[in-house]
Amino acid sequence: MGNKGLFRGITPYLFVAPAVLVLAFTCLYPVIKGFELSFYDWSLGTPIESRKYIGWENFAWAWHDPALFNSIKVTLIFTAFAVAAELFLGLLIAFLLEKGIRGIVLLRTVFIIPIMIAPVVVGLLWRYLFDANFGLINYIVALFGFEPKAWLGTPGLALPAVIITDIWQWTPFMFILFLAGLQSLPKDPVEAAQVDGATTWQVIRQVKIPLLAPVIWVAVLLRIIDAFRSLEVMFIMTFGGPGRETEVLSLNIYKTAFMSQRLGLAAVNSIFLLAFILLLSIAFLMIARPALSKK
Amino acid sequence: MKDDSITLKSGGGKESRIEKSRPKSSSREAWKAGKSIFLLILAFVYLIPVIVLILTSFKTQIQIMEKGFGWFFMPTLMNYTNVLLEQGFLRYMTNSLIVGLVSTFVTLLIGGFASYALVRFNFFGKGTISFGTLLLRMIPPAVLVVPIYVLWSYFGLADTLLGLVIIYVGLNLPFTIWVLISFIADVPVELEEAAVVDGCGPWKIFFTVILPLIKPGLAAAAIFTFRIAWNEFILALVLTNRLTRTLPVATTIYLTDTGVEWGNITAMGTLVALPAIIFTFLAAKQLIAGLTAGAVKG
Repeated sequence: MGNKGLFRGITPYLFVAPAVLVLAFTCLYPVIKGFELSFYDWSLGTPIESRKYIGWENFAWAWHDPALFNSIKVTLIFTAFAVAAELFLGLLIAFLLEKGIRGIVLLRTVFIIPIMIAPVVVGLLWRYLFDANFGLINYIVALFGFEPKAWLGTPGLALPAVIITDIWQWTPFMFILFLAGLQSLPKDPVEAAQVDGATTWQVIRQVKIPLLAPVIWVAVLLRIIDAFRSLEVMFIMTFGGPGRETEVLSLNIYKTAFMSQRLGLAAVNSIFLLAFILLLSIAFLMIARPALSKK
Repeated sequence: MKDDSITLKSGGGKESRIEKSRPKSSSREAWKAGKSIFLLILAFVYLIPVIVLILTSFKTQIQIMEKGFGWFFMPTLMNYTNVLLEQGFLRYMTNSLIVGLVSTFVTLLIGGFASYALVRFNFFGKGTISFGTLLLRMIPPAVLVVPIYVLWSYFGLADTLLGLVIIYVGLNLPFTIWVLISFIADVPVELEEAAVVDGCGPWKIFFTVILPLIKPGLAAAAIFTFRIAWNEFILALVLTNRLTRTLPVATTIYLTDTGVEWGNITAMGTLVALPAIIFTFLAAKQLIAGLTAGAVKG
């Protein structure tokens, strides 16, 4: 920011105004409106005049709502298992493939596909793979002599299936971040350790991982935030079922608003989701900001 | 403790390395071969599901119902003609294209303005805006879905493509600003100072000096913006009707209505995934730049 005096007065505001206005209208205003909505009893499809102010009643209901707490539990389990596996696999693959291997460029390209294609497609793709009758997974399972299963309809199997899908989709993200991080590490500490006779494993554990720590933190937090946002894959693979076994918080909000038609209660549940995301985002910014501002 | 394990080795390390040099080269070969096999398996795990999707979309219902998975079969375009012509997917694809292109253009333009101001100008409220933008990037669509549905209905924006464009611009601005800031910061200030000497105003400088120099950043941001607009599901689901639906919404509604017509469904899925697959092979480098933006320097 060398020429801070280049243009003064109103010009900077004109430059930021369109973006600020759109963000205020599409993000800030709806969030505030959501808080207001949470104090009303309002059924979907009825006119706005028919809504009734009920104070904190929606919050009181939510506090004893087993569906809400179940969905928070499902979200936490889903996020914990998926992100932990993605972190482990992402690190493993990045360290294995760090040194120039032929085909790495192609693999990196293939690896981006699951990130780029619509979550809706990922969902229907894996619903097809897990399908009880035509699915590739039951076909493979049968090759090894196991009984085919109705993965997505069986309690105890549906959530792991959804987690596996997420691991498939997002491990590449971790890998790409870690690989980029590894490639921009300073060479000296690694070489110094090697001169001192450290084994590959020691270099990884004691030199590379500590140096990579900021990238690892950023990747993990971004993934946690994303996992809290995800809903399409469950929407398509199971629609939250069997029972409510795969109903994450985002899906609970949608169902409360547009199936149970309770807009006020859905607004309360949205506040829970927002609170989680806010905490995670603040943690993220505290870690990512130093990395961003050092230019 | 940490230093111990390295320094302990440092005494005998060099000797043993010389001793071991012969067997090591052959084990290194094995290690390399092992890594290549690992790489191959990984590639398969990632390619096979996508290939299965595409292959199935060219199969007849009878071929799909066969036991096991047939890798070789007589392909048919029946699913595509059925989906595009009879199920009205041509319309939904057009909707998706319009929404995607318009929201991408608007996002880049006003996101570019904002990034330029945030990098080059000092003004009151700058810190708040850049911090707020970073925070807004994290908002889950599910948090917005209820209030946006209420507000958009109230403003008459529900069921219109314009309504979708507006919300997608809002959702994409934070990321776009984030990416463009890092690219604009790399533009040498001297170029702008020279332009000022030549009598250029800030807007002319933005369009004639800055924009041409940050094309790679614009490309990365454009791909990601278009991707969100093309792929987004939950907001589009509640904000559109039979006429203004986008592709992902139409696909899921078809899926839940008809159950297991996998031929048609995989054909729709392939159509939805097609731009992503094309972009991936055309612009892998920009995509990686976009994915790592902000997280990794360098």
